[in-house]
Amino acid sequence: MAKFFAVTIIVIAVLSAIPILRHTWAAPEDISTHGYLIDEQMSETMAEAGISFLAAQFLLAIFIWMFSNRGPGAKIRNFPGGAKVLVIAALLLVGAEVMALGVFGVKAWANVYLTPPTANAMPIQVQAGQFAFYFRYPGPDGTFGPTHPELINEGSQNFFGLDPEHDTDSRDDIVAAEMAIPVNKEIHLLMHSKDVGHSFFVRELRVQQDFVPGLDVSLHFTATKIGKYEIVCTQLCGLGHYNMKAYLEVMSQQDFDDWLKKEAAMQ
Amino acid sequence: MRTNKILVALFTLLICSSLAFAGTVSGKVTYTGTPAHQKPIDMGKEPSCAKQHATPIMTETVVTGDNNALDNVVVYVSSGAPDEGQVPTQAITYTQKGCQYIPHVLAMHVNQEFDIINDDQTSHNIHPLPKVNIEWNKSQPPGTPPIKEKYDKPEFIEVKCNIHPWMHGYFAVLKTSHYDVSKDGGDFKLPNLPPGKYTITAWHEKYGTQTADVTITGNETKDVNFTFKATPY
Repeated sequence: MAKFFAVTIIVIAVLSAIPILRHTWAAPEDISTHGYLIDEQMSETMAEAGISFLAAQFLLAIFIWMFSNRGPGAKIRNFPGGAKVLVIAALLLVGAEVMALGVFGVKAWANVYLTPPTANAMPIQVQAGQFAFYFRYPGPDGTFGPTHPELINEGSQNFFGLDPEHDTDSRDDIVAAEMAIPVNKEIHLLMHSKDVGHSFFVRELRVQQDFVPGLDVSLHFTATKIGKYEIVCTQLCGLGHYNMKAYLEVMSQQDFDDWLKKEAAMQ
Repeated sequence: MRTNKILVALFTLLICSSLAFAGTVSGKVTYTGTPAHQKPIDMGKEPSCAKQHATPIMTETVVTGDNNALDNVVVYVSSGAPDEGQVPTQAITYTQKGCQYIPHVLAMHVNQEFDIINDDQTSHNIHPLPKVNIEWNKSQPPGTPPIKEKYDKPEFIEVKCNIHPWMHGYFAVLKTSHYDVSKDGGDFKLPNLPPGKYTITAWHEKYGTQTADVTITGNETKDVNFTFKATPY
């Protein structure tokens, strides 16, 4: 029975590794300049975790095969040095693994978070609120008008609380429910939440960043492929969370300029 | 027996005479100046609603018509109404269709029951924001029965949907059934007013209120017009 159990463990471990090795559920195509670093990091993490997983399952199976069903009076052997040494050894092993992931992963992280956007990155503000995203472009003057939370009025589509009557910078701001960007242009995303925690996730961009109420979060990326992609909230934010989404349209520069003109006319 | 007949006759006469002397207040609501620019609503995140509109619907904060007409203004008898406390029994409806509230402004009598209907293929969460009545918000998945509600205090209540931020409307809870909401070019009509002195109030969600005093002396139609000062912002 023990030998059957050991074999079963090996079979389950090997079968579960096959779809990973065959890339049965591959990630969607990467459309960003930094995404390959994230993908490499994911592959490394998967390889490291996968090898550890398989090694642990094989060891478990070997121990069950060799040491089960021993007769009474069989000698019990301890790990050299006892339980304390065993725990320290395990901590060192797991610690080394986590440290290695951190060291290898820092270049992907730094590329997204620790380097500032370039000077000609295009700023776009995104506001998350229950349960929709809205995007603001600064307009021809290149400056965002100030926001006044007390003026937020969704009924008149004043989602950001702009005061064009008094703030001249606000008059040419463009607010849209979808996010259009030109291809191969760096985007500087200025994120804030209107109410609770949300998240900005675009699978193809390899971007997933939380909105934290009260904090202005900044992010930059460059999209390299024209297309329409889904932006979803991945932080449980309330009743309508399942329906909180918007679309990212990556366009040619010409199409983007036309889109911006069309949106400006509707403000 | 004879006394009864006389009473019935007198009562009939009274009703007939009051109807015969029922006056009407009618008129038009207009604006001067430049009204706020209305914006198209992008329902891209809710395709089941977006496809119901061939062209995007516009915001309804200020709805205007030809000749400076102003729609969605609640015109009602705010003082002197003969029917205070007489709650109409017929139910009225507030429909969520195409991710829009229909009508944009629903007027009702205090304690009058109204039905909230979800006519969409998506869930709504209706959330009126009263200041003096009790606040609630209710989720309504598609295909569920109407939500029955009523308010026991007069108030103008802003209504929003917690799932679709662009959905926006108002409840006008009034102490009278003598009301109308201006439509089709700013027209309104308050019929069946017995002789008496009345204050007529016109309320608009952005431009506030205006009042006018009117005296009905008999079977007549009094013209009362309201003009709001519109601002572009």
